[in-house]
Amino acid sequence: MADWLDKVKRNPSARWIGVALIAAALATLPIVAGEVGGRGWVRIVDFALLYVMLALGLNIVVGFAGLLDLGYIAFYAVGAYTYALLASPHFGLHLPIWLVLPLGAGMAGVFGLLLGAPTLKLRGDYLAIVTLGFGEIIRIFLNNLNAPVNITNGPQGVNRIDPISFGGFMLAKPLDVLGFSVPSVHLYYYLFLMLALLVIVVSLRLENSRIGRAWVAIREDEVAAKAMGINTRNIKLLAFAMGASFGGISGGLFAGFQGFVSPESFILMESIVVLCMVVLGGMGHIPGVILGAVLLAAMPEVFRNTIVPVQRQLFGKIVFDPEVVRMLLYGFALVLVMLFRPSGIWPSTTRKRELAS
Amino acid sequence: MGAVNLDILLQQILNGLVLGSVYALVALGYTMVYGVLGLINFAHGEVVMIGALSTLSVSRLLHNVFPGLPGPAVLLFSTLAAIPVCMLLGYAIERVAYRPLRRAPRLAPLITAIGVSILLQNVAMVVWGRGYHSFPAYVSTEPFQFFGATMTPVQVVIIAVAIAIMAGLMVLVHRTKLGRAMRATAENQSVAGLMGVDINAIISVTFVIGSALAAVAGVMVAANYSIAHYYMGFVLGLKAFTAAVLGGIGNLGGAMAGGLLLGIIESLGAGYVGDLTGGFLGSNYQDVFAFFVLIVVLVFRPSGLMGERVAERA
Repeated sequence: MADWLDKVKRNPSARWIGVALIAAALATLPIVAGEVGGRGWVRIVDFALLYVMLALGLNIVVGFAGLLDLGYIAFYAVGAYTYALLASPHFGLHLPIWLVLPLGAGMAGVFGLLLGAPTLKLRGDYLAIVTLGFGEIIRIFLNNLNAPVNITNGPQGVNRIDPISFGGFMLAKPLDVLGFSVPSVHLYYYLFLMLALLVIVVSLRLENSRIGRAWVAIREDEVAAKAMGINTRNIKLLAFAMGASFGGISGGLFAGFQGFVSPESFILMESIVVLCMVVLGGMGHIPGVILGAVLLAAMPEVFRNTIVPVQRQLFGKIVFDPEVVRMLLYGFALVLVMLFRPSGIWPSTTRKRELAS
Repeated sequence: MGAVNLDILLQQILNGLVLGSVYALVALGYTMVYGVLGLINFAHGEVVMIGALSTLSVSRLLHNVFPGLPGPAVLLFSTLAAIPVCMLLGYAIERVAYRPLRRAPRLAPLITAIGVSILLQNVAMVVWGRGYHSFPAYVSTEPFQFFGATMTPVQVVIIAVAIAIMAGLMVLVHRTKLGRAMRATAENQSVAGLMGVDINAIISVTFVIGSALAAVAGVMVAANYSIAHYYMGFVLGLKAFTAAVLGGIGNLGGAMAGGLLLGIIESLGAGYVGDLTGGFLGSNYQDVFAFFVLIVVLVFRPSGLMGERVAERA
């Protein structure tokens, strides 16, 4: 497959045709998904795009810099709550998205620094447990900061969050273009697609930049990286802050899209799911991470929609709880993929070469 | 913040010791596996859960077959029946999810462990259902007075059994041939292999022993809180892992100390965090307190309380 891909990449006209095909596919995806599977599927695609952004953010920390983070969802939470508190009737604030989204990213970045600064000296699994604890601390605070002063509204969460709008253009309402009505979920799809593409481009540009190479150097050998004159402290902090701000952006989008946030969306299992996306897809390899995110975001939904009909076909009735079967298959898939492809479904070729030699 | 009431302080410390004994037993499982393989056995918490729930099932069966059997005997026999179940489970987890990945990238076994953990939780949900099961009081939970604090017989049993098991484990690891082989494997696998140690067998034994401890710990938690359910292993495993890291992961004494310390910290935190923060934070911040202490300890001692400073390897 790689040879074929290389051939396409080298031929300029084939390359442009490929890009045009992918662009056309992405542009028509919600229409096709909506026609084939209904509105619900477009929503699933929207969420998959949010997960792509999250996974790429975590990929900076885990994949590039090699810092195992088990509390990444905390930054998603910070982004989501920043949006929720600044654009909802909860405090009566309705700030525009131009302000709220960057603020959410900034706040998440600050929290990334807060996590990074005390943990600079920690390695491997010690770092993992501290990040895990940090994620839990954030969630517990969100859950309990409704007394004595009500900031987060506690376990009930914040609802009636302003939908995303640009000026007077609301994404929550269908848009009429030349007599066609474009539903709201499709509008969100295009917005998320734009931002996901932006995140992908930033990731790709970072990968081969001076900073990206410094991250990889730290991942491979921190002492040697330091000896080569890399300021490991700043570069590691940058990884934390940058990864966190990606999470903050997608958290803000989540809040605006969903219209409701509560601490329940930010449990440890979510951090683990995002980490699985990164590792399963191919750590440090951007196309792999995107693939992992899309697969793991879509898989539970595909199972949800197939388990019941399949059981009806086989037994004539529903024998097993579909939710349990879904999670069982999910667990099996994680184990099997890792057993047969230990470095991920689509690992980077340079990494493969290193491992082979 | 008023004068500290000594009786209440003693009560909190006792509660902490009970909780800490359980954490310590589970933490030993984490730390033993980490010592030998250098990986976090994320599925260990689920073994605790399976231990508790299978003990519950066996005890119900025993109770129906021999209605006259006294409570403590029922608990003892059903725990003895659940231990082999967990041992087998631990062996199977290692065989299926870890052994094939021994030379794989470091995070691959972490993902399979998470997969196994999800699998076990859902299998337990199929077998035992979603609901909470009340765990019968086979050992009396009638409280008695102890220097102004209240304790229950089941708590005394928990502490005593935990101490006995930990002492036994120390003897096993430091005084027997098997223990020497385990320490050698932890030190350097390939050299231990050259010296005639059967590495694979030792790794399996480590998992099996850790799982046996987990089974006992599961019964203890269920008996202490009189409750068992399919999700109990996850949070407990998390706390125990925290305890293992607090003590210095890979170090047996560290896991015990870390477990007891974490139990006491949590219990004191739940009791006093309100006073310390002038009523701003309540006892629902118990977990925050535990993780905060962990972070502070690791900032000053990056390899845990009793962990050795490991030289950086190229």
